[in-house]
Amino acid sequence: MKQGIFEIISNGPLTENVFKMALCGDTSAITGPGQFVNIKLDGLYLRRPISVCDLEGDILTLIYKVVGKGTEQMSKMKSGGLDILSGLGNGYDMSAAGENPLLIGGGVGVPPLYLLAKRLRAAGKSVAVVMGFNTSSEIFYEDEFKALGCDVTVTTVDGSYGIKGFVTSALPEKYSYVYTCGPEPMLKAVYGAIKTSGQFSFEERMGCGFGACMGCSCETVTGYKRICRDGPVLMKEEIKWRT
Amino acid sequence: MADLRTNLCGIELSNPVIPASGTFGYGYEFAELYDINILGTFSFKGTTKDPRFGNPGPRIAETPSGMLNAVGLQNPGVDKVISEELPKLRKVFNKKVMANVSGFSVEDYVYTCSRLDECDGIGWLEVNISCPNVHGGGISFGTSPEAAEKVTKAVKNAVKKPVIVKLSPNVTDIVSVAKACEDAGADGLSLINTLMGMRINLKTRKPIIKNVTGGLSGPAILPVALRMVYQVTQAVSVPVVGMGGISSAEDVIEMMLAGACAVEVGAANLIDPMACKNIIDQLPAVMEKYGIKNLKDIIGGAHNG
Repeated sequence: MKQGIFEIISNGPLTENVFKMALCGDTSAITGPGQFVNIKLDGLYLRRPISVCDLEGDILTLIYKVVGKGTEQMSKMKSGGLDILSGLGNGYDMSAAGENPLLIGGGVGVPPLYLLAKRLRAAGKSVAVVMGFNTSSEIFYEDEFKALGCDVTVTTVDGSYGIKGFVTSALPEKYSYVYTCGPEPMLKAVYGAIKTSGQFSFEERMGCGFGACMGCSCETVTGYKRICRDGPVLMKEEIKWRT
Repeated sequence: MADLRTNLCGIELSNPVIPASGTFGYGYEFAELYDINILGTFSFKGTTKDPRFGNPGPRIAETPSGMLNAVGLQNPGVDKVISEELPKLRKVFNKKVMANVSGFSVEDYVYTCSRLDECDGIGWLEVNISCPNVHGGGISFGTSPEAAEKVTKAVKNAVKKPVIVKLSPNVTDIVSVAKACEDAGADGLSLINTLMGMRINLKTRKPIIKNVTGGLSGPAILPVALRMVYQVTQAVSVPVVGMGGISSAEDVIEMMLAGACAVEVGAANLIDPMACKNIIDQLPAVMEKYGIKNLKDIIGGAHNG
């Protein structure tokens, strides 16, 4: 974990509600894909946790959906510095991937899979990606994943693009391992549908984002875990679904 | 040279800044960022007799200038705190630490306090009779002078270390609870715990926090805390640790002028993990600005006479 000021390089919409922000700063605390940063914004008390989408040297890319005051404020920024805590969360463990890992993302659960796909491709893996959205106008990053050399399948709930239905209706026959991130109902469906083990990235309202307040704890098979510190990535075998 | 030293129940602190229980874990996360031995001390995560998961999520909500939490005393229980957390804590903190204790019966408090009383390295027992987020415990001991007196007396009879009773602001008359604790033998008091509040999600039309209500902390509650510390320190003679919304060196001085001999810093740690270090670093300059040479001299300085 590190606290520092990151300068905004660019910030703009990918879809109506989803924005991409590139920042420059000390990224040395970020150890891998699946981690997040926690951003301080003027006039708002709590920081906003956003997943790391891409990392190249000292350039950090975040993709976020405007869902409330904080993300709305972020979407209007064009330049300046942001007080950011970086290197938060455990992130995905790539050592379990096998030769042809499957990455499954839903909506703004897709961004953290980008850096993972990039690193897996760099390690010579054959990577399949299934990305689910509600409708065609909400789709982003399909081409970016394709440019990495991933085998990309897009699903839309309304059938306006790609395969009609949820991500679980488009899973390939063969894959060595699963990495996923998305809304909890999607994660639960993926959990029931996949044939291998996997790693699931969760979202929760957080206080601090670095393990001090116990605000985002959940119960797992292996005991209590803080989503911010012991997660956000949980192993399939340790997940205990809330009823 | 500014003198930041203060004294809490007979133990000298190098400065009055104490991270509050529940906002600092057992110190490890913060020790990654700075040497936490610069702190006066810190109050570790509230400990109960048995392990507790706490409340279901969401446990956190934002508020104007603050936050609500309903964590519900998640902790591994006193056995594991002693066998696992304290040895790890000792590796990153070599001063006397404050143990925060909660319970659901007088016997619970006595048991947990007695266990922690035997541990080296613990300087004070902070008895939390004011947690607003658990049912049938915590705050129910802090809302009546009689119950507060009963817990305080029982714990005092069972332990040797100084006992600091942590009071709730969710009462009509905090002074009467404070006096009851003093009469029962409390060596000190700490106040205030969080103020009970709630927020509602406009989209779902339901409370944001699963527990419905949560404890409000952050700068929003500083004026309430100052008022209560001011009133309590006029009525009791035991030392009082002031807390509630402190985020700067100026806030520390204001709280000490209200009557506190030391301060706890809570929510600020969650927003800025360097908050306590920054406050300690800035204290000498802020003291100089206001002509303060010795922090001990200003305790209760705002009182009449």
